[in-house]
Parts: sequence; C-alpha cells; structure tokens
Amino acid sequence: MSFFDRTARAFLLTELVQGLALTLRYMFKPAVTINYPYEKGPLSPRFRGEHALRRYANGEERCIACKLCEAICPAQAITIEPEPRPDGSRRARRYDLDMTKCIYCGLCQEACPVDAIVEGPNFEYATETRAELMYNKAKLLANGDRWEAELAFRIAADAPYR
Amino acid sequence: MPKLTIDGREIEVEAGTTIIQAADQLGIEIPRFCYHERLAIAGNCRMCLVEVEKMPKPVASCAMPVGEGMVVKTNTPVIKKARQNVMEFLLVNHPLDCPICDQGGECDLQDQAMAYGSDRSRCQEGKRAVPDKDYGPLVQTWMTRCIQCTRCVRFISEIAGTPVLGGLGRGEHMEITRYVNSAISSELSGNLIDLCPVGALTNKPASYTYRSWELKKTESIDAMDALGASIRIDTRGNEVIRVLPRINEDVNEEWLSDRSRFAIDGLKRQRLDRPYVRRDGKLQPASWAEAFAAIAAKVKSAGSKIAAIAGDQADAEAMVALKDLVESLGSTSLDCRQDGAALDPKVRASYLFNSTAAGIEQADALLLIGTNPRKEAPVLNARIRKRWQKGGFKVARIGHKSDLTYKYEHLGDQASILKDIADGKHPFFEVLKAAAKPALIIGQGALSREDGAVLLGLARKLADATGMVVEGWNGFNVLQTAAARVGGLDLGFVPGAGGKDTAGIVAGAAKGEIEVVFLLGADEIDMSGLGKAFVVYQGSHGDAGAHRADVVLPGAAYTEKSATFVNLEGRAQQTRLAAFPPGEAKEDWRVVRALSEALGKPLPYDSLKSVRERLVKANPVFAAIGEVKAAAWGSFGTEGAVTDKALVSHIDNFYMTDPISRASKTMAECTAAFGGGCGCNHKKTGTHG
Repeated sequence: MSFFDRTARAFLLTELVQGLALTLRYMFKPAVTINYPYEKGPLSPRFRGEHALRRYANGEERCIACKLCEAICPAQAITIEPEPRPDGSRRARRYDLDMTKCIYCGLCQEACPVDAIVEGPNFEYATETRAELMYNKAKLLANGDRWEAELAFRIAADAPYR
Repeated sequence: MPKLTIDGREIEVEAGTTIIQAADQLGIEIPRFCYHERLAIAGNCRMCLVEVEKMPKPVASCAMPVGEGMVVKTNTPVIKKARQNVMEFLLVNHPLDCPICDQGGECDLQDQAMAYGSDRSRCQEGKRAVPDKDYGPLVQTWMTRCIQCTRCVRFISEIAGTPVLGGLGRGEHMEITRYVNSAISSELSGNLIDLCPVGALTNKPASYTYRSWELKKTESIDAMDALGASIRIDTRGNEVIRVLPRINEDVNEEWLSDRSRFAIDGLKRQRLDRPYVRRDGKLQPASWAEAFAAIAAKVKSAGSKIAAIAGDQADAEAMVALKDLVESLGSTSLDCRQDGAALDPKVRASYLFNSTAAGIEQADALLLIGTNPRKEAPVLNARIRKRWQKGGFKVARIGHKSDLTYKYEHLGDQASILKDIADGKHPFFEVLKAAAKPALIIGQGALSREDGAVLLGLARKLADATGMVVEGWNGFNVLQTAAARVGGLDLGFVPGAGGKDTAGIVAGAAKGEIEVVFLLGADEIDMSGLGKAFVVYQGSHGDAGAHRADVVLPGAAYTEKSATFVNLEGRAQQTRLAAFPPGEAKEDWRVVRALSEALGKPLPYDSLKSVRERLVKANPVFAAIGEVKAAAWGSFGTEGAVTDKALVSHIDNFYMTDPISRASKTMAECTAAFGGGCGCNHKKTGTHG
C-alpha cells in the first residue's frame, strides 16, 4: 500500500505543487521587506544614534561644559574644555566626540543636566575616512540644528516614563 | 574627665570637649557645615543635631559640652528626620547650579544632601538671589550659593586677623559682605576658598577651568617661601591647575599663603624651555651639546677663576652637584646667600628658626627685629597671632611700623635699640628676662645690611642674657624667606677656604678676577655689576639672570621635580614631581651632572638615589626627612658698631618675590589691587610701574 501511495505522489508532482502553492500564497500577502534607503523601518523614541548638541529656543547653546558626560562616558570618547565666556557664563571651548570610540550606551544623555548632548535618530552617517568620525563642537551643534524638531519630539515622547 | 556614651560606645574626654569632638575621636560621623575645628563655635547651621537622653529636643552637638554620664545617639529616626529638615531649609534658597559650580564634586552641601537629605523637594517657591561682592582678584564670590555658615567671617577675623567680613540682615535676608571700603587684603585669603563648604567662595584665577574629579593629586612641598608648607598640587595633563594646603600640624596646620597658592600661573609663563647661547650679543636657541661646548671652552680658559651663586628656589640636590662641580674645577667661591645675609654656616642654630613653627605657640614674650612676618611668612604670622590671642604674650618690634594683625609695642626702627636691649638698658630687656619662654625673631631685613653680622651677634648676646636658650627651649629664631637658604647652608654651599662670597663674586667679576659665574636660579643679585664675566644661568624662568646670561640652561620648577628643600626650622622635606618640565628642560642636578661630563670632571653620581646619598654625607639632616633636630648652640656673630639706618623688612611686595611670582598674571593683579606692600624699601623691581 505504501509503495502504491508513494509512486502515485511522485508521478502526480504533489510536492512540487505544494511548494508552488506556498509561493503563490505569499504573492498575495503584504511584503515584510522594505525598500531601503527609499523606505525606512520604525524607530523607538529611545533609539540611540548619532549624537547632537541642542540649543535653546533663543539660539543659545545648551551645553554648559559641566563635564558630567565626559566623566560618565565608559569609552572615554568625550573631551571637553570649559571656559568662562566674556559675559561670565560657562561654556565649552572645545567639545570633541570620537565616534569611533563611542559604544552608543546613551549614558551621556542620561548624565546631561540640560538635555544638551543627545543621541538622535540618525544612524546613516557612515564616512569614507576615519577622521570624519572625530566630531567637534561645530559638527555636533550642526547636527542639533538639523534634527531639533525630531529631538524635541523624542524627548517629549519619552518624558512620561522618566 | 567626663565619661559619655555615643551610639553605645563609651569614651572619656577632657572636660570642655563638645559632643562633636568626642564623636570625631570615636570616628562617628556627624554632618556639619559651620563647625570647623580651628575656628570658634558658631552653632548656626544646625546640621550636627544629636539626641541626648533626658533632653527634650535634639541638641547641636558642636556647641554642647560633654557631661558626665551623657548618653548620645546620632542615628535615631528623630535625628534622621531632623537632618532631612535642616537640609531642606538649607536647600530652600540654594541654587541648582551644581553643574556649573567649581565646588561641584567636592562640595560639603552636595555630599551631605546625598547622604542625609531627602530625595525630593517640596519647595515650589522662587529662590532668593544675592548680588555678588567684589573680594579682589583671588576669591570669586557667588553669594546666592551662600548658606551663611560664617566660616569665612570667623576665619578672616580670628586666624587671618583682618576683620573685614561680616553678616548683614536677618533670617532669609542675611548676607555675608565686606565692610565698606575694606579690601580682602589678607595674605591668607585663599584659605577662605577651602573653608567655604559650598561654592560661594571659589578660586577666581582657576574659575571654570577644571572639575575636581579630573585632577591628578600630588602631595608635595611648597617652595615659594621658607616655611615649606605641605601642599597638594592638582594637575590636569601637564598643567598645574591649583595648589591646596595639606594638613601638617608641625608646619602650616591647614593654611597656605596666597603667593604659594596663586602664583602657579607663573609656571606657564616666561619659561626657559630650551638651552640658549649668546651669539653676536643675542641669546639664540641652541642644543644641549652646543651650550655645553660653549661653557666648556670658556671654563677651560678661565681655570679656577669661576664662581657659583645659588638662588632662592634652588633644591639641595642641584646645589650639592654644583658645589662638587665647582670644587672639582678648583674654585671655592660659592654662595647661597644672594642677598648677602650675614648667616653663619658654622653654627646651625644661628640660621634656624630654633623654636620651630609649632613651638612659637609656647613663647610668652617675643621681640621682632627687622622683620615683617606677615609679609615674609604669613602662615607663621598666623601662628604668632594664635599665640597672642591666648593672652599673656608680649610682643615688641624693632623696625618699620605696620599692621601685623596683633598688637605689639613698637620700639622704634633704629638698630641701636637692639644694642640697648642686648645691653640691658632698655625696659623690654626686663620683659624678656622675666618671661619663662622668651623668643626673638630676626629677619633678613636686619641680616642683609652691612652690619648684619653685628646685629646677629647682638641678637645672640640678647638670647644668652635673657635665658632664651635653655634645656628644651631655644627662642632664638631667624626668619628665612628663601626656600633654598637653609638647605644651602646645611650642605655647605658657602665660600670655602680663600673663596669669595656673593659680594666678593660680583666685585671679582667686575674686576675680572672671576671669569665664569654660574647662577643656579639666582636673579636677585646686581646683574649690571658682573662686568665682562661669562654668565651661565640655570633656572626655570627668563628673569634678570637669564637676560644677563651668556648661556642659559633650562631647569625645572619646584612642581616639576623630586627635590629636597630644608625649611626655616631645619626640617628636610621632599617635593614630588607633579608635572613634567616644559620642552627640553631637565631636573637641575641632572643638568649639572651632564655639564660635568662635558667639562671633563664627571660627578660620581648618576641617579637620584646616589645624589641623596651624597647629600646625607654632606649633612645627616638630609637623611631625616620631615624631622627637626634641635641644633647645638654656639658662638656666632661679630661685635662692632651698628649703623643708624632704619631697620626694615626686605620684602617690599609680598606678591612678587621670586621669578615664578614675577611671571604670574594673578600676582600682578594682586599687586595692582593691594599695592606693592609696605613701601618701606623703595626698591625698584622693574615691575614697580
């Protein structure tokens, strides 16, 4: 009996038809892949991507060079030099971030008392040279200016859980 | 001696001790802000509350003397609550600017808020703000941060003796402020910064440049004055950020003078960072080999017509190496007394502060001769003031009249008065004679005069006649001002047989009898008097000596080497390397050692250990690091006539006495703000304006 069954299946190509049916079934289901880079997947508001230094609404930079991020950074990727500005306020003369050292743990943004340094949603910042990954204050502030709307939204979205 | 129990542990303490002191002895921590062991008790912060059995309410342990059978509890729920509430009151008006506060990370309020405070605030109201006061170029004020502990008020009036601070207003409106028109012109004002438990008073020159946790701490010894205070040098990278005092009960307690603390920015300016050789009348950069070759050529032709003078901040290692080198070249013209002070190197007691810094607190009569301890050794002056405050202490002074922060009898400024006292013709002789522990302090202002040796002899005669030198007490004190001086005299950096002293070397150089002069950081001699001599300057700063020099060899400053200094008491102490010397500069004894090789007379030591063994051979005091041994009394000084020139202190401007402080911007600001000192010498310094 089993011999008869097996031979019939072989000649009727049932396994092949089953396989093709599966393919056919998936042709009518919605696709799970996305067309990166033209389409992008969803990101959590807590996603930790490229860093940025934010400004206040009046354009004043937030960072006060308190060095808490430098102190907490486990990879020692941050270097800050503070200075008193002519108006008497404390600001960073230098804020360097070595993106090749950074491990994206997010402790810098946890430590920041003024929400200045944040890890933003951007993860597409691959560079051709290593040197381009040594971020300075100007680069970080430019990042902040570019992403500010998104950064403010993310902080607001996460606020209820803090 | 009452016996009490604190947290179940029994302790017997002296009557009059307060509970907080007894707890400190047991190692039980009681939080405090206003209480400080060296200041009077104020009892106004209320942080040190403890529970005492049979007392209705918690009591302030800093102000409560112990009683027999007291049972004290420091960790009950009531006390925990009380501390939380006190902390809440303190934080009502304290701003939340810890991230930009220079005290952040080493702040008592921060630490105690973490340890004893509540984890949340109930205050929704606005905080008070207080306008900042101008405390001069050294102390930055942030009066909004003040918690009114009044430690600064008590320090400036009790320890520093310049009462210019006080509190105005009551309750929430209380403000600490200066009296109208009085500057914080104390030489000890930097200690206010250490005492302030919050960030209300911070270091102005170092403002916003550091955070406490990123500094490397090196325990070292100060070389800006002869007291040799114990300090901690805080560095970041290779930059000295600040200097703090270390507790050393025998020397500086826990204070530090402003010059020692704030002149460190001079370490970054005017530095000699490579050798220079004078070609065509101009100093031009050269390599070590070229510099040594230039010296070797000159020394060969000069033969034994060479001499060496050591400056005020030269370390013992460099001096012994230079002494050995010059002697091996056949000369005995050496001197470490560049002001020409008549100090007798043969009798050690004749140049030491024999009563020791701590011992001066036991004296009961004191005569100051040609000295202004307030300018020459402010921390030591605070000790004299401490003694004066206890009462039963008569002080008299021969010399310029100025405020010493304690009352003294001004006997006049003529040296002949000293002669009268020594001869027993002056009433103050009887005061000294009647005292159990009489003392005198003779300064460099007296000893560096032409009749300095006579004045030294008179002082010795007075000491003998009034019983200042007895078993267990020696009240004969010389107040040195140069960190190198005692070390130089101890190791014999003085003219040998047939050698010339400083005046002789300068005169010899003018006449051509001395052809090569080595200056080991010596900048205070008359450079124009050196004539045509070939001058080799070795030091850290481009000051007077380097301008005159034909060859400049870069050396290390006191923060940049492990070196030995002997302080004015005769206490050998060692500094530690906190930062590296700039550029090609090297430790001074290594430079001398390398030079000896180039001159064909290699010195027999090439490690720090072997140089120190050589030092011990020169004088066993260098083996006893940190100790003072009583020096044997002897006969010194000469007899003769005294000139009737007025006795003055030789320090005109406290803020600028050496190459480091002259290069310092902060010290220049202080000179501008507080003036050039007593104005009694009218010596032109080049920076006198």
